[in-house]
Order: sequence, then structure tokens, then C-alpha cells
Amino acid sequence: MTVATGSDLERLAALRLAAARVPDPEIPVLTIADLGILRDVRFAADGSPEVVLTPTYSGCPATEAIRQDVLDQTRDVDPQVRVVIELAPAWTTDWITEDGRAKLRDYGIAPPRPTRTGPVPVRLGSRPTGAEMADQPARCPRCGSSDTELISQFGSTPCKSLRRCRSCAEPFDEFKSL
Amino acid sequence: MSNSEPVTSFMAESPGAPANADVAAYAIRLGDDALILSHRLSEWSAHAPQIEEDIALANIALDLLGQARSLLSYGGSFSGRSEDDLAYLREERRFTNLQLTELENGNFAVTMIRQLLFSCYQRELYRDLESSRDAQLAAIAAKAVKEVAYHVEHARTWIIRLGDGTELSHDRTQAALETVWPFSHEMFEDDELAHRIADLGVAPLPSSLRPAWLGAVQDILTEATLSLPGDEWKPSGGRKGMHTEGFGYLLAEMQHLHRSHPGARW
Repeated sequence: MTVATGSDLERLAALRLAAARVPDPEIPVLTIADLGILRDVRFAADGSPEVVLTPTYSGCPATEAIRQDVLDQTRDVDPQVRVVIELAPAWTTDWITEDGRAKLRDYGIAPPRPTRTGPVPVRLGSRPTGAEMADQPARCPRCGSSDTELISQFGSTPCKSLRRCRSCAEPFDEFKSL
Repeated sequence: MSNSEPVTSFMAESPGAPANADVAAYAIRLGDDALILSHRLSEWSAHAPQIEEDIALANIALDLLGQARSLLSYGGSFSGRSEDDLAYLREERRFTNLQLTELENGNFAVTMIRQLLFSCYQRELYRDLESSRDAQLAAIAAKAVKEVAYHVEHARTWIIRLGDGTELSHDRTQAALETVWPFSHEMFEDDELAHRIADLGVAPLPSSLRPAWLGAVQDILTEATLSLPGDEWKPSGGRKGMHTEGFGYLLAEMQHLHRSHPGARW
């Protein structure tokens, strides 16, 4: 795909389309647009187009792979393109689209519950933990039961925790609220 | 790391370098803390008491490594040094991490006490740094503070389980607390650089973080039926490049590959 003589807006739209299709390497059913980490497509001060990404977690190793994938996908559209990583504003799971949430559920990962604004308080009770503190219960993506328990706050990737369903007894990943 | 691009840091495109040498040195301090504790935690890989815990510690190490990369890339950009230059090519005396972060893992209780004390400190620090006058430090902190909330919860859960567990786990955790506690004081020391940074509105004075930290830690220790140790011995020196005996071994392991094969790529 090439952009011939389109206006600047058309160039950006074409870049956005190409970037938005890039899948997350860890959860390939999701695109980076679904995840909400594709933050902007714009012209930099020097006139070069740039795609702005934000990482999910500070140390997420997928960030480098995503950056390269976006570069590979958008270079065909515009060889001058740059991929820029911006930390602010910090990514939140609230930016995952409705479509993305449905894809996660179908894939067997419980989508993140809405985050609370403000810092996570230290609780004196022994039970509630970071993931437990979200207002809604985590639902089993397999049977839909809300009778689930936390096994570990840290799962197979930085963005997931591990839970177990008490109804169907299956363990499952939940996207952590961040 | 990617295979077709030159191995430059993805942070290299972050806007702007620190405003002055003090801000750069301050960012490197915080980066060193995160880097060294990350390395210590990674030593638990394949050794943790259960597989979920193995994964949890590796995940926390990864969060800290990400924070370290952001902080070191930013701090190093003032003097033209990359994150790799800083992590792999400095000698022991050039590292400015807190001694607490380099303490050897010991038994699991020692590691979890170290996690509790440090994560609670990092939470207070990052909360404050979110409103730093330095935009890049504020951005790094705003991102990291959300991760650290999970680290605090993880440590809190374990300390309560261990402290309020069996007699053996209680005694070991109390002993771990006695071992690590003295090193917590260095987190709140106001040296000259800390004063200059605070005057610039870039970061809080370390001592100002201690009351909130102590309140949070004390609540958890009380629930865990552990008693607060005395404050007699206050070892210090990490910020000046003075380190404990175990640190040299840590660096040897962390740096040897990079030093043996300069410029090596995957």
C-alpha cells in the first residue's frame, strides 16, 4: 500500500490504519488499537510522521517487538515514519476497547475490571488484594461464573493475574486492572 | 530485543535530557535502586518456594528492570551514556544504589521483608514524584506507581502469612526483619544532592517520606504479629558508592557477559 499524493490527513489516516492492525505479540487476538497503546499518529516538528505508542508495563518485553512490528507495517505507507514511545499519560486498562474486551473473553482471558482512580490503599483486612479491590467480581471466561478466586497476582505476562473458577474448577488468566 | 534494528534503547527517543547534572545523578540513583533489586529478585528464578511465586518474583523483577531502563536512559542522556553503559560498564564504586537493594536474598522471609520495606518506600516516592517539576521523572513515576501498588500487595500478603503463620515462619520472619531493618534508614537520608534536588522542586526530601512509609509498614507488621526493631544501627554509604561485600559478586554476574563480548547482539 502506498500513499500517492494524498493530503496530510490522508497520509496520517493510512498510517493509522496500518499501525492499528499490528497484533499484540503475547495476545495476538488483540491489536494494539484494541489495547489502547496506539496513542497518536501525527507529524513531528520536522515534518516526519510519527506513530506514538505507550507501554503497558514499564518492563514489558513486548514493547520492543511491537515497536518493530509497527515500524515494519508503516514503512510501506511512509518510509519516513518514526515510532515514538511516550510514557505520559500512563496507560490504563480502562483504555482497552469494548471490542478488545470481547476478544479477550473469547480467547479465555477475563477482561480487566474498571480501575479505581487514585492510589491503591493499604488494607488492614487480610483478604482484599490489588486485583480483589476492583468493584466488580472477576468472571470466569469459560462458564461465566463470578465465583472465582485469586491464585496469584502475577501470571504468565506482566499484565495478567492467575485465578481459579470455583464453579467449573478451571484456572484462568485475568487481565490485571492497572 | 529486535533483530533488524540497531540495538538502541526504545527509550532513546524520549524527549529531552535532564536539566542539569544533579537531576541526571538523581535519576541514576533511582535507576540503580531498581536495577540492582531487579537483579537480586531475578536470582530467585527456578528457586522460589512454588511456581506461582517464581513467576511473581520474575514479574516484579521485570517491572523494576523497566523502571531502571527508563531512569538510567534518562539520567545517562545528560552525559551521553546509554542504559547499557551505566548498567554494564561502571565499576562498583560508581553505583549509587541503596545498600538495601543489594542485600543478599537470604531465605524467603529476608527477600519478602526487603520487598515490603522497599516497595512501601517506592510507593511513597513515586506518588510524590508524579508531581515533579521534571516532566520525564513525573511520567516515569506515574507509570511505575501503579506497578508498585501490586508489589506492595504481594509483599504485604506474604509477610502477614509468614509472620502470623507457624512458630517457625514467625521466628524466621522476625529475624529477617531484624537483619534488613537497619538498612531501611538509608532510604530516608538527606544528603547534599537530595537537598539540591528538593530545592529545585524535582523530588521530595527523602526524610519527608518516612512518616507515611513507617505508618504503612507498621500496620502490616502489626497484623503480621511482628515487632518493630530498634533503630540503633544505621548502615549507609550506597549513595556514595560504598557497598556491601555481596555487591561485587552481583556485579560480576550481571556484567560479565557484556564485558566479555562487547557489542554482542541476540
